[in-house]
Amino acid sequence: MANKLISQMGLPLPIANVFAARSIITAKDALSIPESDLMALLDLGRDQVASAVARISEITCPPYQTVLSLMEDRRTSGCHGGRLPTLLKGLDEALGGGIPPGLLTELVGPSGIGKTQFCLKLSLIAALPTCYGGLNGRVIYIDTESKFSSRRIIEIGENSFPQIFQTEGMAQEMAGRIVVLRPASLSEFTQSLEKIKLSLIQREVNLLIIDSMAGLISGNPRENESCTRGSRQQPLGWTLSFLKSVAEFSRIPIVVTNQVRGQSTEAFHYPFEGLGGNDNVTSERLESHLVAALGIQWAHAVTIRLVLEAHSGQRYIKVAKSPYSPPLAFPFIVDSSGIVPLSDDGIELTGQEISTIRFQVQPI
Amino acid sequence: MEISCLPISASHRAKLLSAGYTTLSSLSSVSPPQLSHLNVALQEAVDILKVSSESCRVEVQDGAVEFCKGAQTAWDMLSEEQALRHISTGSGDLDSILGGGIHCKEVTEIGGVPGIGKTQLGIQLAINVQIPYDFGGLGGKAIYIDTEGSFMAERAYQIAEASILDTFDNFGCQLKEIPEKLKAESFLANIFYFRICSYTEQIALINYLDQFLVEHKDVKIVIIDSVTFHFRQDFDDLALRTRVLGGMSQKLMNLAKKFSLSVVLMNQVTTKFTEGSFHLTLALGDSWSHSCTNRVILYWNGNDRYAYLDKSPYLRPASVHFSVTGKGIRDATSQCKRVRMM
Repeated sequence: MANKLISQMGLPLPIANVFAARSIITAKDALSIPESDLMALLDLGRDQVASAVARISEITCPPYQTVLSLMEDRRTSGCHGGRLPTLLKGLDEALGGGIPPGLLTELVGPSGIGKTQFCLKLSLIAALPTCYGGLNGRVIYIDTESKFSSRRIIEIGENSFPQIFQTEGMAQEMAGRIVVLRPASLSEFTQSLEKIKLSLIQREVNLLIIDSMAGLISGNPRENESCTRGSRQQPLGWTLSFLKSVAEFSRIPIVVTNQVRGQSTEAFHYPFEGLGGNDNVTSERLESHLVAALGIQWAHAVTIRLVLEAHSGQRYIKVAKSPYSPPLAFPFIVDSSGIVPLSDDGIELTGQEISTIRFQVQPI
Repeated sequence: MEISCLPISASHRAKLLSAGYTTLSSLSSVSPPQLSHLNVALQEAVDILKVSSESCRVEVQDGAVEFCKGAQTAWDMLSEEQALRHISTGSGDLDSILGGGIHCKEVTEIGGVPGIGKTQLGIQLAINVQIPYDFGGLGGKAIYIDTEGSFMAERAYQIAEASILDTFDNFGCQLKEIPEKLKAESFLANIFYFRICSYTEQIALINYLDQFLVEHKDVKIVIIDSVTFHFRQDFDDLALRTRVLGGMSQKLMNLAKKFSLSVVLMNQVTTKFTEGSFHLTLALGDSWSHSCTNRVILYWNGNDRYAYLDKSPYLRPASVHFSVTGKGIRDATSQCKRVRMM
């Protein structure tokens, strides 16, 4: 929408010519300049600029929908409304049927907790035929840290869905639906995203998994060396808006994994909260010393955040951020059939506990 | 006012100045054919004279009550404000620190860390504005501008159902008496949803709202969730960003005043290094922080969600505990809820 050409908007010809003469070709160029600057640049009167801008805005503006029609659209788009069931019953209920389409869902947790295992299982579920609860489509798996193991996928498949995988040729068919990409750098990643953007709709891809996002952004020391703080955000910012537009445009679930890092200079408080003594801050720091990587801008951009953590000898998957679900934690274990829930009822956690990440290794 | 301040194009201004017309009074006795001697087309000359006469209507009108066009006495403004209703946020405590709720004709900014409940509050306001006039609401429609894609229609349905039931409970009505237009579906049909994918579309939409609101006069709230998202990623030139944001906030303020509705903007947080340590602050910079009338910051205090009224023209800063439940935004239910004045 932003790249619509001004020449095609039906402005009066003299005005359109003036815009073109000043190299203001697309709507984006015209609307990025404040109106007073436009008047000076184009040498036009106030009324002419105002009516031209009003016309450009009217055409560039996206159409509206009432929320009722939005809901009805979602209801009619496939079973579960296009959602990807995770087959963890409690989690699916909390998420309203499964991982929703058209949004970014983030899986964050310490290393070794089971994020990749979860992604492998999700890719299998998306490939399964609908009669077994799957989405019957292809999966694109972008693996930045070489963690994808096809052997493990087959093992998960054989143990979770034995009736399918023991049928002749089905294992090959299922595994054949999962396409793995291994970009080595951020620029390769963005290139491959551009290429698959078109095929996302045409080739019935039902799920996009990026494992992991943090590996791409932080693993580029040379690019980041001489950057100021502002431009270090740039690759992340651009990737973010690109991913979000891909999600919107293709209406498929997108799952992204993220790493954790130790807290260094994490800001906690607003100036008006006053300093309740430095003791509060340090004790908070000691208790939960892991935070999600990629910063607060990323945290704002993802719509659903699932935190995986381990404490008291138990692993939990928590719904930390979601517009729809209450803050629940579900215990799970990882075994030969992937991630297995230990209980269907979630434990409700109040407050910020839902977002904290703990990792206490079980003694062997 | 000098000719140089008139909103006319630069070349016309140059021609007027070079011909010796420097003040408005010098133009007041000129006719269009005389101006057209300056190599200006006749129609353009008529337009220039029209613009200059608008600007000096001050001197032309004598004996009029107005000092200048568009002014209002403080007493008139007070009576108008008292006649306007506020939009309830769903939590009585939060309404009380806001002076009854979200005000019409004002721009309110709501900021907070991810997951604190900004989108929830936005959806709650889009529903609560529709509570009929007889039940204490405004009976108006809502525009929801979604820039992040975090709006979920099913959640809006949930909140609508709960809000309708609570309204009826408060007024002691029976369930059987709920008329058709107060079902949750009709509440959802009154929310106009726009999905914005870039800052160009955001600017275009805010420009277009002028026209849209003339066609839909019963819209009483415009919610933008969030106003920050697209401005954080794509701008390289921060000075341009500040100017664009300034223009946008000016337009929003004009919309609020012209159509008597409330504008609610959601903002994200960022970290800022002041006084030797990192603090949380709302995004988009210091210049933006001047552009809204009211500011509310949602934050975590221990395990509880709190709202702090950071900026308001006449209410004092205060913070209050609230909660996000399955029904939407409600009062906190714990024993130790209290309103703390700062």
